[in-house]
Amino acid sequence: MTGSEGLDHQVQAIGNDEDVVRVRQLVRTVAVAAKLSLVDQTKVVTAASELARNTLVYGGGGEAAVSTVDNGVRRGVRVVFSDSGPGIADIDLALTDGYTSGGGLGLGLSGARRLVDEFELDTAVGAGTTVAVVKWAR
Amino acid sequence: MERVPILKIGSVLLVSIQVDMQDQMALQLQEDLGQRIVDTGCKGVIIDITGLDIVDSFVGRTLSTIASISKVLDAETIVVGMRPAVAITLVELGLSLNGIRTALNVERGLELLARNAEPDTIDDLYLLGNPETTSP
Repeated sequence: MTGSEGLDHQVQAIGNDEDVVRVRQLVRTVAVAAKLSLVDQTKVVTAASELARNTLVYGGGGEAAVSTVDNGVRRGVRVVFSDSGPGIADIDLALTDGYTSGGGLGLGLSGARRLVDEFELDTAVGAGTTVAVVKWAR
Repeated sequence: MERVPILKIGSVLLVSIQVDMQDQMALQLQEDLGQRIVDTGCKGVIIDITGLDIVDSFVGRTLSTIASISKVLDAETIVVGMRPAVAITLVELGLSLNGIRTALNVERGLELLARNAEPDTIDDLYLLGNPETTSP
């Protein structure tokens, strides 16, 4: 990950449905401040909504850290979701469209990845999951 | 928890979602709407999502489920007012709003429902009488 981070680093706990809404609102605010276009704001907020719900439903809750990033040329928004849940055993499978271990559509992780510019997944069975995404202003 | 209001206008139920819905609120709407269709006998449902600045997979799935429930209860659902940025994002997310009819705005949605009301009845009668002759 390039660029400076964290002048406006903000953390939102994810413990219930309302927190998922709060994550969306926080990401929207930061995306507007980073001057993302309306379509890019919509994409990153949608991705954040999917990932926040994953953190809640599959990770048993956790947090989202939202910050502005700057690579010298462009600004962007970075969101890091972390939980200390069961982790993901098969990452490739988890990233496959339509695969779900729960009752969802199986689009959360794979769909979120398509909506952002950078996507990093760090997980191990029993050691929780961290997903970091970045969306840059164009 | 807040509930999404359901208005009855003639023979149509109009739902205008104006807030950033929590998941539970979307599920409540699903239940409330099913009940209102049965209570009113309305044949059409219009869901106005002008106020939604995102539709994620959960809301998308809820809209599909609402359309399916309505269909089983003999009502047609039309989703109207989707913002262009939302449409672009939905497609990229990979969500196909199965079974959902859309229109640009409430007015077009009402026109669509009015247009469909008559032919549907004739089709239904036709199908009942001649199940083998439905394909041209």
